[in-house]
Formats: sequence, structure tokens, C-alpha cells
Amino acid sequence: MAFEGLADRLQNTIKKITGKGKVSEQDVKEMTREVRLALLEADVNFKVVKDLIKRIKERAIGQEVLESLTPGQQVIKVVKEELAELMGGEQSKIAVANKPPTVIMMVGLQGAGKTTTTGKLANLLRKKHNRNPMLVAADVYRPAAINQLETLGSQLDLPVFSLGTEANPVDIANQAIEKAKEEHHDYVIIDTAGRLHIDENLMGELQEIKQSVNPDEVFLVVDSMTGQDAVNVAESFDEQLDVTGVVLTKLDGDTRGGAALSIRAVTGKPIKFAGMGEKLDQLEAFHPERMASRILGMGDVLSLIEKAETQVDEKKAKEMEEKIKSMSFTFEDFLEQMDQVKNMGPLDELINMMPGANKMKGMKNLQVDDKQLSHVEAIIQSMTQQERVEPSVINASRKKRIAKGSGTSVSQVNRLLKQFEEMKKMMKQMTSPKKGKKRGMNFPFM
Amino acid sequence: MGFFKKLKDKINDQTEQVTNKFKTGMTKTRDNFTSKVNDLVARYRTVDEEFFEELEEILISADVGVETVMELIEELEMEVKRRNIKDTEQVKEVISEKLVEIYYGDDEESIEELSLNEDGLSVVLIVGVNGVGKTTTIGKLAYQLKQEGKKVVLAAGDTFRAGAIEQLEVWGERTGVDVIKHSEGADPAAVIYDGIQAAKSRGADVLLCDTAGRLQNKVNLMKELSKVKNVISREIEGAPHETLLVLDATTGQNAMAQAKTFKEATDVSGIVLTKLDGTARGGIVLAIRNEMGLPVKFVGLGEQMTDLQRFNAHQFVYGLFGDLVDDGVEE
Ligand SMILES: Nc1nc2c(ncn2[C@@H]2O[C@H](COP(=O)(O)OP(=O)(O)O)[C@@H](O)[C@H]2O)c(=O)[nH]1
Ligand SMILES: [Mg+2]
Repeated sequence: MAFEGLADRLQNTIKKITGKGKVSEQDVKEMTREVRLALLEADVNFKVVKDLIKRIKERAIGQEVLESLTPGQQVIKVVKEELAELMGGEQSKIAVANKPPTVIMMVGLQGAGKTTTTGKLANLLRKKHNRNPMLVAADVYRPAAINQLETLGSQLDLPVFSLGTEANPVDIANQAIEKAKEEHHDYVIIDTAGRLHIDENLMGELQEIKQSVNPDEVFLVVDSMTGQDAVNVAESFDEQLDVTGVVLTKLDGDTRGGAALSIRAVTGKPIKFAGMGEKLDQLEAFHPERMASRILGMGDVLSLIEKAETQVDEKKAKEMEEKIKSMSFTFEDFLEQMDQVKNMGPLDELINMMPGANKMKGMKNLQVDDKQLSHVEAIIQSMTQQERVEPSVINASRKKRIAKGSGTSVSQVNRLLKQFEEMKKMMKQMTSPKKGKKRGMNFPFM
Repeated sequence: MGFFKKLKDKINDQTEQVTNKFKTGMTKTRDNFTSKVNDLVARYRTVDEEFFEELEEILISADVGVETVMELIEELEMEVKRRNIKDTEQVKEVISEKLVEIYYGDDEESIEELSLNEDGLSVVLIVGVNGVGKTTTIGKLAYQLKQEGKKVVLAAGDTFRAGAIEQLEVWGERTGVDVIKHSEGADPAAVIYDGIQAAKSRGADVLLCDTAGRLQNKVNLMKELSKVKNVISREIEGAPHETLLVLDATTGQNAMAQAKTFKEATDVSGIVLTKLDGTARGGIVLAIRNEMGLPVKFVGLGEQMTDLQRFNAHQFVYGLFGDLVDDGVEE
């Protein structure tokens, strides 16, 4: 990653002012400067940043620093709360019309990912909501756009309504809905051509379609890599079409995704879904919290702070730290921390949350996702006491036994063993004195 | 010769038509930017801290990137002190001067041409993330090269995205150019290989290779792209003659990461900046050129095949500062 996350950025400041009881105006000034830079580097619109910083300043100055937090963390906490406020809660519901079919219109700039998202939404509606959607090819402009949707339709085995490229998109939409009624489709998703928000003719065409089919949802599809212009695009589409929700695409990339904040700030509309890959099942509910962390580039440092407020047990942390230093951290300890680990999110993110961690080599290989956590737990539970403490005794036949007992595969067991070793090494580096003391967040399980 | 005079002359060198096209395409951008800067100038008589703060915001809103902007502002502040500039009118000149300077760095100012093999087949590989305008750019390039009297062949190397092959075929029809393709799901390296053989046997001058869009953090997909590039290098010495990274002007700071990773994987030789007909300004290319030496070779200004123009830093700045430049010359 090219960017420094906020946690990294704040390291120096945090170090400087650790141990103070109150956040002073000067502290806040220094830190909000870093917050501002982090947000701008993450592509949050500068006006949105300005407003945010103003509020953060007002709130952070003079606050008592919580027992378990440093002033730096305290400021991050305020930042987090402000971002969370702006992002709103999770909202991934899709409207249901009183009288079917429910009509969804997909709109956005060229290349944002509308067609793919149309396919993904249809897939989601069918798989998750047991619906019977029909797709409508109303992009008559981009070469082979209809073709693209038809291919997706056949991959999903769902009908695609089209009248070719000569027809008028308004007619296409109208006729599609008639057809859907006849054929008892309960959802109709209209894929429209990408267009610039300043293209009056084409924006007018969308308004016509909207007036004519009266959609239950108008989803604005936005590329998560969008820069400062996101505010103009979102504001303009929303003004002209009164969008009901936003889909943020290409979030499987490594962009910080500040556009999400910009869009929320100017439209107030919920971001409902996130596109997480090119495959048709890679559409997920959008998690505002995670997005906020991502924008700030600090993994789950935020939820970590939440934890710190409620349950950091300094003594236990010390114990654990000693264990890691002496390399005696075992699977037993790991399992003990499992509940917390689960609450804190993916392991790789946990490691990323540690300031400086994303600069370290080898971090990339440490990938354990949420779903895998339960496997991890099962694997450890299938180990004997001895194996947990002394994993080096786990030979091929033991691996087979563990895999069988945990309902996983030998390669999964191997992976965990390898990752565990790597993690131990890493944690040792992290806690070595030259890295400096970072109270309260020295290693991933606390 | 004053900077603005020089700039004006440079622009006059371009054919009227090109400049007009550029101006129409970028009208929105320019108006927006110019009115902001003019606003700024009107509101501030003197060059003070507040002035620089606003200028910083204007540049950041053009996606120039906060780091570059802060460096620029710092230099500007120094320059303003050094030359003892008090008047905001005068500082405009310095702003554009510095912007062009960021772009070129220590290099000589020049308009970047496609470096093609004059006799024999040239291969151009087009790469970039999803939806930036790779295929459209190929259509536009095919049209342009054909206008120049070259024989062009297209290779449908995007075998992944639904309808991608058909999309390129439509461009082939529009421009009257042959398209070499396999079916969806085929190995892109194999398609490109066949494209090279076909281009050779048909005596083509230029082979334009389309590829599937891919996010730069997908290691395997980037490897696949390196493989495609290696196939080209293996078949023709010195090829690909150009590897163009297509960047969407709407993209923010991630464009830098795109440039870095694609350059590592495919040794990118230039950039095509698309969608400049919108309101986004693509300011990140300044930093990309500055940090990585990657020049912008073309800009996309619309969806038609004629909507591709050579990039020229002066024009780019002109697009941002248009009216200011005219004012500057009249003085
Ligand atoms: N307004 C505008 N749209 C463009 C430009 N270049 C490409 N597009 C559109 O962007 C969308 C994606 O382009 P495409 O060539 O399919 O992108 P690819 O996925 O990179 O091959 C299409 O709708 C194009 O018409 C441009 O310069 N301006
Ligand atoms: Mg393409």
C-alpha cells in the first residue's frame, strides 16, 4: 500500500503525548492535521474533510482521556465516532413493491460496473431472497453492452429482455415491465448505459425512464476508486434522479475508498452493497464500520479501541506479551483468545491494525478470513494438549487425525501451523524493544 | 519570453481543430477550474496564507494529490517571496509555470508520440483496471492509426469479461479493421500469439492488443499480464513497442498504485487518460509523471472514435487555466 494509514501517521504524535491525562488543544491540532492528510489521501472530498475536522476538533479538545487509552487513541475514537455517524448503519434491504414486479434501475458513470452489478443483484435476489428476477438491457449505446448482459443472463440462467440497439431505452423499459408481469417475474432490474452526470440529454433520458416505470429503487453504482469528483457525480445523479441507494464497486481492490464518505455526505443515501470481485456471487452487504476503518487505513484499530474501553486487562496483556517474547505462546493461548479474536474481526486485519505492521514483510501471507476462523478453532480443538503446546510434534499422521477430527483438510491444518509460526515470529518482532512501547496495542489478541 | 506568451504560442502551434476539440471536451473542466481560480483572485487582493489555503483546495479537488499540492504550495510561497509578488494576478503565472514544471520535472518539454517501429510490425499492449476505457481506446487508436494510412489489426485479449470480444468486434467493424479472437475463457496469451502471427502474415503495421481489466492487487492476474507481455517480446524483438496504461480521470489517488503495479508487471511506457470530458480532472497524472517518469500520451474526451487526442502538458494546463492564460497574454 502506498499510503500510510492514520494509525501509522499518528504514531509519533501518540508517542509524544502518551501519559497525559487530558487532550490539549495543541495535541488535537497536531493530530487533526494528520487525520486531515489521511482522509485526503484516501480520496475523501476536501469539503467533507473540512467539516469533519471541524467537528472532531470541537469534540476532542479538553476531553478526559480514558484510563485505557492514550490521548492519540482518544482522538482516533472521536474520529471513529464522527465517521460512524456520517456513514450511518448497515442497510442492505431491497425494496419490495406492493404490486409486483418490484422495479430496480441501475444508473451511474461509464465503467462503474453497472452491468456486472445488475447480474450480481439478480443472483442475490434469487439465491438469498428466493426471487425470480428479469434483467433488462437498456444500454443501447456501448458496443456489445446488450451482449454482455445476455451472457450474464445465460450464466445465471435468467431471462434478459432486450429490443436491440435501435430501440429507445424508455420503450425498452416499458415493454420489459409488461413482459415481466405476463411472465410473473417479481423483480425487474434495468441496466442503463453509463453516462456523464453533466450530459443533459442522457440524464434526461434516465429521468424519462424513471417517470415512465416508476422504479422502487434507483441504485447509483459508483467505482470505489473515484477521487474528489465523487461528490459532483453523486450529488448530480441524486438531484436529477433521487437515488434510493448506492452500490460501491471494485472494493476488492486496494483503494482506501474515501468516495464512500463523500457520497454519504452529499446525498445522505445509504450505501447498500459492495462489489467484491468479478464473479456474480461477489456482492456483499456494505459494512459502514469496516469502511470507516479502511478509509483511515488502520485495519480494525477502531474496534480495538472499543475493546480497550471495555475490557483491556492490563495484567493479562502483560502476561501474554511475556509469553510472546519468550516464544512460549502456544495454541492453547491462541484458543483462549479465540473469542476475542472472533469479535475483533479477521486475523490479517488484526495484524494490520498494529501501527507499522503493514510495512512488514510477510504480512501478506497471513490471511485468515472470518469464515476460516471457525475452522481454525475446530483444528485447535482437535489437537491434544501436547500438540497445542508443542506443535513441532505434529507429524503427518497427527495432521490427518486433526484434519479428520475438525472436519477440515490436511492442507488447512498445514496452513494454520505455518501461519501460527509466522505470526509468532512477527509478534516477537513487534514486541521487541526497538519498536518502542505502544501501550495497549502491542499484539493482535488484545 | 513570458511564460504565458510561450504557452499561447505552443497552443497555437497545434491545429486550430485539435485545440478546439480539446477545449470543447474540457470546457466543463476549464470553466469550473477557471471560475474557481478567478474567484480566488477576485476575493484576495494580496497573496497571503488564506490565498494559498484556497489554492491548495482547488488543486486537491482536481485530484492532484495532497502531497504534491503541499510541495507545490511550499515552492510557490518561496517563489512569491523571492520575486516579491504581492498581487494575485501575478501569482497565476507562477502557478501554471510550476504545474508544468511538476509534470516535466528535469526532462525536456515535448509532446509524447507513440514510438512505433517504422518498418515492420509494431505491437501496442493496452492494460488497466476494470472499466477505465481500454477497449474504447483501442477503437479510437485503430481509427487514428488507420487515418494515418497504417494497416491495423486488433487482438481480443479480454477473454474474461462477458461481451468483451463482441465489444472489440464492433470497434473492428466501425473502423474497418480485422479482429483476431478466440472464444470466451480462452488463454489470453494464446489469443495475442495468434494476433501476432495474423498481423505478420497480413502485413499489418500495428497490432493493438486488448486485455481484460484487472485490479492491480490481484497477483495472479498481474502475472497473467506479464505472461502476455513476455509472449509478445518473445515473438518480436523490441516488442511491445508501447504498453499503454489506461487511467480513468475520475480515479483518485489509487491511480498512483495502478501506475506502480502495472509498470512493475508490464513495463508500461505511457498513459492514456480517459473520461476527461466529465468534471474530473485527472490531476494525479502530474504526480505519476513526476514520480515515475510515465508520460501521458493520449487523452480520451468522449465515447466516439474521434474522441482521442494527443496529450500536451501545456494544453492540459491550458484546459485548467484557459481564460487565465488569455488574460495573461493580453497584459
Ligand atoms: N465519457 C467518456 N466515456 C468513455 C471514455 N472512454 C471510455 N468510455 C466509456 O467507459 C466505459 C468503459 O469503457 P471500456 O472501453 O469498455 O473499458 P474497459 O473495461 O477498460 O475495456 C464505456 O461505456 C465507454 O464508452 C471517455 O474518454 N469519455
Ligand atoms: Mg474492455
